[in-house]
Amino acid sequence: MYFAQPLQLQSGAAIGGYTLMYETYGTLNSDKSNAVLVCHALNASHHVAGTYADQAGNVGWWDNMIGPGKPVDTDRFFVIGINNLGSCFGSTGPMHTNPATGKPYGADFPVVTVEDWVNAQAMLADELGISQFAAVMGGSLGGMQALAWSMLYPERLRHCVVIASTARLSAQNIAFNDVARQSIMADPDFHGGDYYAHGVVPKNGLRVARMIGHITYLSNDDMSEKFGRDLRSGEYQFGFGIEFEIESYLRYQGEKFSTYFDANTYLLITRALDYFDPAAPFGGDLTRALANTKAQFLLASFSTDWRFEPECSRKMVEALVSNKRRVTYAEIDAPHGHDAFLLDDARYHNLVRAYYERMWNEIGNRGLA
Amino acid sequence: MNFRELSLLRADLAFIAHWLNDGAHVLDLGCGDGVMLDYLQTSRNCTGYGIEIADDKVLACAGRGVSVIQQDMEKGLHLFDDNVFDTVLCLSSLQMMMNVEELLRDIARVGREAIVSFPNFAYWPHRLSLLSGRMPVSKMLPYEWYNTPNVRCATIRDFEELANKVGLKVTECVALQNGKPVSLLPNWRGSLAVFRLKK
Repeated sequence: MYFAQPLQLQSGAAIGGYTLMYETYGTLNSDKSNAVLVCHALNASHHVAGTYADQAGNVGWWDNMIGPGKPVDTDRFFVIGINNLGSCFGSTGPMHTNPATGKPYGADFPVVTVEDWVNAQAMLADELGISQFAAVMGGSLGGMQALAWSMLYPERLRHCVVIASTARLSAQNIAFNDVARQSIMADPDFHGGDYYAHGVVPKNGLRVARMIGHITYLSNDDMSEKFGRDLRSGEYQFGFGIEFEIESYLRYQGEKFSTYFDANTYLLITRALDYFDPAAPFGGDLTRALANTKAQFLLASFSTDWRFEPECSRKMVEALVSNKRRVTYAEIDAPHGHDAFLLDDARYHNLVRAYYERMWNEIGNRGLA
Repeated sequence: MNFRELSLLRADLAFIAHWLNDGAHVLDLGCGDGVMLDYLQTSRNCTGYGIEIADDKVLACAGRGVSVIQQDMEKGLHLFDDNVFDTVLCLSSLQMMMNVEELLRDIARVGREAIVSFPNFAYWPHRLSLLSGRMPVSKMLPYEWYNTPNVRCATIRDFEELANKVGLKVTECVALQNGKPVSLLPNWRGSLAVFRLKK
């Protein structure tokens, strides 16, 4: 959907004229009370669930969670996935033409924040005629957007579902993001962000960035179990090629990523992660930051997630409890680290299913119009 | 959930519910499947939170619409500010705690009033078991000594002493048998000890 009205950004800049890609699943009921907005994390998109008729292999990134009969049941709820501004799956981003110059934005694409994304999502909700979501939901960076919704538009969501997320990055999180950015910017093919004009892609930088990111998504135990010290050829080669299975796996992940993800987008999205800190304007007091929220909250964290560890979620729970908000919080004992939020885990999925079941009862089972 | 449903499910909780004020802000420690909070929320206009560690019970609470926080109570109640709750419930769960004294102090810190219940180990069939040389096993205590989660065994008289030590005054003490109060020889005839405590 195209928006002609410029979007004022937190940085002071504005994006004039932009497109937001979105997908919907299920049917909006007559009183528009069953809409669920699903916010994506770093490398995902509006393609949340299902496959396309002509691309059977292109499965939505949260397909195990969302769909007919799934925990977020699209036979009941009208689910919307949106690709965020600055991303690289169709919404306006750094690879698109800057109307001011006639060339791709490249490094000139304005730095966007979680709050900017939420404002843009609200514009789309307006266009779709949805004044209040049954829930806004997301994991990791998507959870930050859901949390931001509860503060920026408290009247516009009844439930806020925040999975494996945090109200602010730690110094360690920011450090990992910066190493990833440095690896991209140090790639000679980066050309200061204007690589489109040179017909190249900083693939090596993107590969390394993805490898670093991927390490932080997995737990040490999970990695040990999957790969251990296994060698591809069974013995040392006394060189620096790909010898350990974990090297092979990470390089494969990096290679795959570098073929479809945009380097400028990686910079933008990691920066949005770094900047998110809704408590900052309140002297670091998250309780005050969440004081104007009205939604009911579901939070979940995973025991082996060391990127956004359970303590991050507990801090949000503490602030919500201080505000006497209704909150359900589960700490899921899962071995898969941060990635667990995308995986099929019975305890986790049953919890989300039970929560949505209750939301379904709240709206009087009014699914289809 | 209405009172009748609660009475049928858990007569002990139905008895205790009389002690809570309508509209109270309540913390339920070891809230289990959330029946008590469900009743208090839907029929008594109360608000509040349950603390529970077991996955299946957290799930049951989530389905009921009870605000539940999955946490090990042994780790304390630091999520909560001082004096925020009108009543803190700790029903049939205190006996499973290692740090009973610490937890009681924390209960006194976050709540204005507390209601604590636990199996009365001085219940006469338990005394009989002990006299015959065996640890008690009953409907109330359906475990063997080696697999019981009830690591703290107390009697009605024992508990009052500890409550006073952490600065709580006993305002009411009732022994329940099948959810009904026992007035004659309560420390003998009541299987569940229930204390109402104030700071």
